[in-house]
Amino acid sequence: MAFSANLEMTGSEARITLEGELDAAVADQFRQTVERAAQEKPQKLVLFMDKLQFMASAGLRVLVFAKQRMGRDVAIYVIGATGPVLNTMQMSGFHQAVYLRESYP
Amino acid sequence: MDTRIDFYPTHEHQGYKLRPGRPVPFGATLVPGGVNFAICSRYATSCTLVLFEKGASTPLVEIPIPEVFRIGNAWCVVVFDLDYERIEYGYRMEGPWDPRAGHRFDASKILLDPYAKAIGGRDVWGQPPDWSDPYPHRARLIFEDFDWEDDRPLETPLADLVIYELHARSFTRHSSASVKHPGTYAGLMAKIPYLKELGVNCVELMPIFEFDEFENSRPNPVTGETMYNYWGYSTVGFFAPKAGYAATGPLGMQVDEFKNLVKELHRNGIEIILDVVFNHTAEGNEHGPTLSFRGIDNQTYYMLTPEGYYFNFSGCGNTLNCNNPVVRMMVLDCLRYWAAEYHIDGFRFDLAAILGRDPWGAPMPNPPLLESLAFDPILAKCKLIAEAWDAGGLYQVGSFPAYGRWAEWNGKYRDDIRRFLKGDEGMVPALAQRLQGSPDLYGWNRRGPTASINFITCHDGFTLYDLFAYNHKHNEANGEQNRDGGDDNHSWNCGVEGETDNPDVNALRQRMIKNALAILLMSHGVPMILMGDEVGRTQRGNNNTYCHDNDLNWFDWSLLERNADLFHFARQMIAFRKTHPLLRAREHLGMSTAQADFIWHGVHAWNADWSPGSRTLAFMLRERQAGQGGNTNPVLYMALNAYWDALPFHLPELPINYRWHLFANTALSSPHDIYEPGHEIPLEPYQDSFLVGGRAVVVLVGRP
Repeated sequence: MAFSANLEMTGSEARITLEGELDAAVADQFRQTVERAAQEKPQKLVLFMDKLQFMASAGLRVLVFAKQRMGRDVAIYVIGATGPVLNTMQMSGFHQAVYLRESYP
Repeated sequence: MDTRIDFYPTHEHQGYKLRPGRPVPFGATLVPGGVNFAICSRYATSCTLVLFEKGASTPLVEIPIPEVFRIGNAWCVVVFDLDYERIEYGYRMEGPWDPRAGHRFDASKILLDPYAKAIGGRDVWGQPPDWSDPYPHRARLIFEDFDWEDDRPLETPLADLVIYELHARSFTRHSSASVKHPGTYAGLMAKIPYLKELGVNCVELMPIFEFDEFENSRPNPVTGETMYNYWGYSTVGFFAPKAGYAATGPLGMQVDEFKNLVKELHRNGIEIILDVVFNHTAEGNEHGPTLSFRGIDNQTYYMLTPEGYYFNFSGCGNTLNCNNPVVRMMVLDCLRYWAAEYHIDGFRFDLAAILGRDPWGAPMPNPPLLESLAFDPILAKCKLIAEAWDAGGLYQVGSFPAYGRWAEWNGKYRDDIRRFLKGDEGMVPALAQRLQGSPDLYGWNRRGPTASINFITCHDGFTLYDLFAYNHKHNEANGEQNRDGGDDNHSWNCGVEGETDNPDVNALRQRMIKNALAILLMSHGVPMILMGDEVGRTQRGNNNTYCHDNDLNWFDWSLLERNADLFHFARQMIAFRKTHPLLRAREHLGMSTAQADFIWHGVHAWNADWSPGSRTLAFMLRERQAGQGGNTNPVLYMALNAYWDALPFHLPELPINYRWHLFANTALSSPHDIYEPGHEIPLEPYQDSFLVGGRAVVVLVGRP
């Protein structure tokens, strides 16, 4: 399934909805979306991952990038990550750097 | 967009854009728009960069590095527009094949970069490899973007450490570990709460540099089970963490997972020391595989005989030529990398005496490698610990070239404490030295007690439980007719060889284990506990389990319940050590500047029995000002009775207003064997002697 990353600004929140398979080939697309979000200087970054089927290490690299690019005062929420996506984050320990939630209001 | 002109290609090969690389840093480095590859060889006549798609059996492209790109002996090239995450790289080197002269170039081999920072090919532990793979251990590119936040090495003073030696896979591989990712760095991370509860503040990991568990793997002649290079004392790549130990190995994320482990350990106040093996490599002797060093610069990397064969001071086929300046630089680069990039707190050097040999094998008085490590600014706060002997007969415990920095695994501590505990005669004078941090070994050049890493057991040899359950090694499962493994175990089976239902024997074994733990944690120097000894882990008498990926090595966590009292005892002993600075001396107390004293006693106070027939000793640790001028700091006393009957120990007098309190008495069973520090049980006000059980130790605290 084709990958897409859609950014939406809601007040001080940046919301990115991810769909499809996030592998090395499309990671840069995700990175640019994060970069655009960062320029809006949000207080919170919310990543919707319930429709993300797979995340390669390249995807995780972008999360690491997002965390450092946004600064430590910006909370990152990861919503609806399941299966291999959640597993990837847990094994590498990245889940400790973000707030994992099943759903988001 | 980068506009610097040096980011643009000048050459091209089969559509791949190139420009001359930078010779340093060695290895593969991400640069804007591409990757800088740099590798050295003194005798190669050509060098070709070989790129693969991840896992592919045939190369994607082979790029001969143009001669004009060579600077000195360094071949370097920048390749642009590579898909970093999907490629693997290696080299082919042309040069002479002349074993007598030390050259073994073979351009048919694809060679691993000695500076490879991630290595594929053994991504999942124990998964049988494709033996026809032309490039079995594959260098990969990594990102160095890990988010460390505020983490850095903890710099805990050496004197305050309690080290716990563990195997990254064994620790959580057993089903009883109940972790989500058994046998991995992630599994170890999940057990950090256990380490905290025990109280250790440093883990020493057996080798985690990439190695090949299939090196010399073979079916067990008895059981048919595969025997592996399980411990991993045979390095394939010095800069890469073992992928097969990572739950994320199949995703190529072992670097992140390992860094995350380090960060979490640090967050919990626990340091991490790596057991590093620089004495030899996985290439073996002239019959071994050509993976890397042999094909890059055999004569540089290995110690060779005049006929061009491999010196074998390691007992493993070859010997790394550590005092060749190129190899020395690699070792230094490697340790700097682990300290800076992975925040590693210290290193324990396997068979470190080899590191002090010159290229012809002779021990040097002032070995440049050891000196470089001791004075290196990046390693300045790292613990440096030597296993101060080698398989070539060089034994340097007490004389390892230390430069004021190196500590040693104290093999004499292990042997003397074992012999005292089992009741050998004539051990009391040696025991006194070991308790004080071995001033006989380390006092002469003012190295202090922290030069001594005290241990009674380590991965080599019996576990603590087996030390008191077996008189002899039982290594049949290793498939070498019980010929392997040491015979000088100084062990005692307490009356029955191996497992028994005899409750008296079992009770005695438990007591002996507690005696050992108590001595270890009451001794000056730095204590090291072997994984599982705190709960009575057994290897069923096997004292050399290097090849077993099974419950001979795995930590059986059900022991924590079965031997809860042992765990409790170990935990309280560690807590006691942390409570009392008197036990963590920075210098030998005999020194004039010391503020406290070791005072020797025996069954008679103030009068130790040093005679050959003696099996008893007691000591008191006291600040010189204790009990005077408002100083109310505690006084510690320990009585050690290796005699088989109970003996009354006359207690020394305390300062006025002080009273003895019982902290530990191994003759009693749980819960009366030990108390929480600060909640010791007061003795009678005028009690002036204590009946110490046969083969038991007692620890008292004197305080107001």
